[in-house]
Amino acid sequence: MSLIPTASQTVGPFFNFALTANPSLGILARAGARGERIRLAFRVIDGDGAPTPGDALIELWQADARGRYGHALDPRSGDADPNFHGFGRLETDAHGECVFETVKPGPVSDGGGAAQAPHINVTVLARGLLKPLYTRVYFAGEPANAHDAVLALVPEPRRATLLARPVAGQPDTWSLEIRLQGEAETVFFDV
Amino acid sequence: MREYPGTRPGSQPEYLHEAYRATIRRAPAQPPIRLPHTRSELTGPVYGHNPIGPADHDLTRHFAEPPQGQRIIVAGRVLDEDGRGVPNALVEVWQANAAGRYRHAVDTHPAPLDPNFLGAGRAVTDETGNYRFLTIRPGAYPWRNHHNAWRPAHIHFSLFGTAFVTRLVTQMYFPGDPLIPLDPILQSIPDQDARQRLVSQFDVSLTEPEWALGYRFDIVLRGRRATPFEEGAK
Ligand SMILES: [Fe+2]
Repeated sequence: MSLIPTASQTVGPFFNFALTANPSLGILARAGARGERIRLAFRVIDGDGAPTPGDALIELWQADARGRYGHALDPRSGDADPNFHGFGRLETDAHGECVFETVKPGPVSDGGGAAQAPHINVTVLARGLLKPLYTRVYFAGEPANAHDAVLALVPEPRRATLLARPVAGQPDTWSLEIRLQGEAETVFFDV
Repeated sequence: MREYPGTRPGSQPEYLHEAYRATIRRAPAQPPIRLPHTRSELTGPVYGHNPIGPADHDLTRHFAEPPQGQRIIVAGRVLDEDGRGVPNALVEVWQANAAGRYRHAVDTHPAPLDPNFLGAGRAVTDETGNYRFLTIRPGAYPWRNHHNAWRPAHIHFSLFGTAFVTRLVTQMYFPGDPLIPLDPILQSIPDQDARQRLVSQFDVSLTEPEWALGYRFDIVLRGRRATPFEEGAK
């Protein structure tokens, strides 16, 4: 039997009372979580440079500070950090912004070959997006980026669109702009 | 056989569909870069933030009084591409009230809010992939996409499935709705059969006498022959 996956439709503008009413979904690192705590700030803008005012949402899926996913398919999941929850979800505010409280993920092993550089898997849903956009956040200045197999698939001039950068004057805060379209358009992935 | 095969042509919308105007400035211009499926894509969120409450699947019982509108049952199975039920999948739904108004600050449609209707619910599929909601039939509502634009009655669905790549957000429609052929969002799906699968079916066997009409809506997530335990054991 071979069924065809159900078609995607836009999340629309009116999701917040259902999907993002709970702001604690922006906190992945609870008290006691291991590793380097960071605030990860996003801003989502469209092809005109306008922010997505409350009608986009960002979901994160990431490994813990030692690169372990809290999921049965990760053979080290039994040892994943119990104070870290790898999923987060926030809507963008009137300025197209949202901020997650998380930890910097560790390198992700695939059980062979080089580990992937620390990265966070991102899903963007919004009014005007008929299906999700998938991207990744890497960290600027991370030496492992040079050997990451996924970054190597991205033409060099566009790699910077995936690099979060430290925010001046705000310790432990990194930011990344997600440009849906146009100049310096973010690299999105077909997963 | 790949565990998560690619998309069948025409079965999913493209990002840009000009008739749905909001896509014009939000659809990426560059084609997406194809990713190999690493541990990051093959794992996925495990639901755990908020336990599902006993009444979360019943949108008619969120307040002391029942909401206005036609009471309905919406039920179905969540399946993978091999037709096997997906157990323990989180299903989130949200919808307008019977008058076509969302409980949302930005919804300014001059239709009444219903103090007894929130319009959001959650359920987790059982061991064979079944889910069930009790709600009211949502109203159609106008939007400003084009002159005299009205969305057909619909319920929004959000599912995670077993992996990062199985995420699905979609909308369920109702059979016989005359607005369906006019809706640029549903019509963004090129394939007629794929569009038809977003239209629920009236099901008399789901209908409860003296109580509520039943609509069946089955959902297929990506995935074939997932073997998490074999993988996990190696
Ligand atoms: Fe809607």
